[in-house]
Amino acid sequence: MPGRIKPKLAVWKFASCDGCQLSLLDCEDELLAVAGAVEIANFPEASRAVVKGPYDVSLVEGSITTAHDAERIHHVRRVSNFLITIGACATAGGIQALRNFKDVRDFTSMVYATPQYIETLNKSTPIVDHVRVDYELHGCPINKHQLVEVLSALLNGRRPNIPSHSVCTECKRHGTVCVMVAHGTPCLGPVTHAGCGALCPSYNRGCYGCYGPMESPNTAALAKGWVQLGAKEPDLLRAFRSYNSYAEAFRRESEDHEEQNH
Amino acid sequence: MKNKTIKVDFLARVEGEGGLYVKLKGKTVADVQFRIFEPPRFFEAFMRGRDFREAPDITARICGICPVAYQMSSCHAMENACGVKVEGQLRSLRRLLYCGEWIESHVLHVYMLHAPDFLGYEDAIQLAKDHPDAVQRGLKLKKTGNEIVNLLGGREIHPINVRVGGFYKLPAQRDLAELAEHLKWARDAALETVRWVATLKFPDFEPDYLFVSLRHPDEYPFNEGRIVSNRGLDIGVQDYEKRFEEQHVEHSTSLHSVLAGSPPYCVGPIARYSLNFDRLPESIQQVAREAGLGPVCKNPFRSIVVRSVETLYACEEALRIIAQYEPPESPAVKVEPRAATGCACTEAPRGSLYHRYRIDDQGTILEAKIVPPTSQNQNSIEQDLRQFVEPRIHLPEAELQWQCEQAVRNYDPCISCSTHFLKLTIDRG
Repeated sequence: MPGRIKPKLAVWKFASCDGCQLSLLDCEDELLAVAGAVEIANFPEASRAVVKGPYDVSLVEGSITTAHDAERIHHVRRVSNFLITIGACATAGGIQALRNFKDVRDFTSMVYATPQYIETLNKSTPIVDHVRVDYELHGCPINKHQLVEVLSALLNGRRPNIPSHSVCTECKRHGTVCVMVAHGTPCLGPVTHAGCGALCPSYNRGCYGCYGPMESPNTAALAKGWVQLGAKEPDLLRAFRSYNSYAEAFRRESEDHEEQNH
Repeated sequence: MKNKTIKVDFLARVEGEGGLYVKLKGKTVADVQFRIFEPPRFFEAFMRGRDFREAPDITARICGICPVAYQMSSCHAMENACGVKVEGQLRSLRRLLYCGEWIESHVLHVYMLHAPDFLGYEDAIQLAKDHPDAVQRGLKLKKTGNEIVNLLGGREIHPINVRVGGFYKLPAQRDLAELAEHLKWARDAALETVRWVATLKFPDFEPDYLFVSLRHPDEYPFNEGRIVSNRGLDIGVQDYEKRFEEQHVEHSTSLHSVLAGSPPYCVGPIARYSLNFDRLPESIQQVAREAGLGPVCKNPFRSIVVRSVETLYACEEALRIIAQYEPPESPAVKVEPRAATGCACTEAPRGSLYHRYRIDDQGTILEAKIVPPTSQNQNSIEQDLRQFVEPRIHLPEAELQWQCEQAVRNYDPCISCSTHFLKLTIDRG
């Protein structure tokens, strides 16, 4: 629309692998169209140019793991009208939240020769633990088509069409043979948030939960199913304690299996 | 005597969070720090207690740009520990997957992160306004790389189809045939890319590098070979830690890797190319020569040409692998754990990536060590800046700063890998 001011988009990074923001650059077919519809105002991975805030939409990748970042996220919130967290780090603390179950000082001294140079918090926490979040997009990594859907819904003033059912439902819709029933392969599909397109079962492996818990997961029932297939307690502990280990439902289930280990 | 500081708090167009600090005293450079403040994520610590089969999925999460490199190094290290070698078509498919990652990662850097520097644009979106055809070509070429990763890995970022021993599922012949059609276009586009970047203007800058890379008896290196340098180093991967050590410095959350008793060394495209030029097919050597490269490239700004040549090679190699492909009997060979230590080094797009694991007889990981390319290049980046800035001290602040940033971007540093981004300061006191 000529004369209309384009909404300003900012991309922010906290502790992460860069993969979720890379999803935007991986939209090879849509990237120039997105750049035509919004002003990419602050996206350091892609541009030197920084347009001053406030920003209409902020995409936040990564978890909070340092005192400095715990401050910085408040600045991001203040300059953002609509804040979307993208990926397992931002929505659940990410793989680095595995430290939350241990003493981080032990971790520091395992990796770094001079631990006093390293400044880090005891826990890796999701953005929502620190500031108000307007929308969460799950996945490790997020699905780039879902990212485009959320952005275009926002630009057109409608609700994003992002299903909240399980990977299991996605499999049924695709007609993928159930790896658990047919092959006896343990699968987290029944308790995992949809969005990946039920990828792992279509490659003959069980879902490993990289999209985090679905809305109302019955993790305890699934754990029993796994035991029937021969899974042991340490297997269950590891299964629930991976890329979304600090998401409430997975955290609680993993703790149940931890106690039985002792 | 006038003191001055060049300081870039957040270096743009690199992967991760880092910065740059250059302190000038009169006409000399007093201090250079390539600062990495990406928050540490402690992969090597939380890998302990995980199952050896989880390593490719977990380590992929170190980097969203080169997850395949982490999957390849971790799989090979685990197979090394368990005494298994993956050969034949499965080995070829791994090479094909790696070609995909080289293409998508190199093309991302060439078109979106590096080319804007040479042509004076802040980013590729602005570049696209004046050079739409070039940027469109870059995006489509990158997409072809991603198509390979997608087909063999299941998705571009953090592929799900890679396992210790091979894959979960083999690609369908029909899908490979379709991919080959796209790769034929990509090969032409990669050739055009080489010719396009050859026309850029390169600063006169050729440090006397110590290059380190894998070298294989017959192939341009991806997944195996010996570790060699241009000054006589020639060791098996198992001896890596006897010669290379990691140091911890105050201004970085990434450990610096050093070659004992040697000056800083450089890994990545220019090192790999210079140590393996004779392993490129003759036709590609010819293309490289026409683009102004010799058999050795010491100008880091020309790394954009080398990346383009490697992209062309990856397209041709992918086509060759698909043409000779016959489905193996099984998507993976069986790997049984045993109490052992295994290591591997593969060539990530940004250079050599070393992994070592100690596991017990149940396959539980007892110890992990990961040395990414960018932690190896940190000292070389700082050394380049020291040498690059001095003859250019007279330049206006903004121009000098941009050129310093560009000198860092020559390495395509992946700070997410080395922990993670970049921040530049020029201090003139």
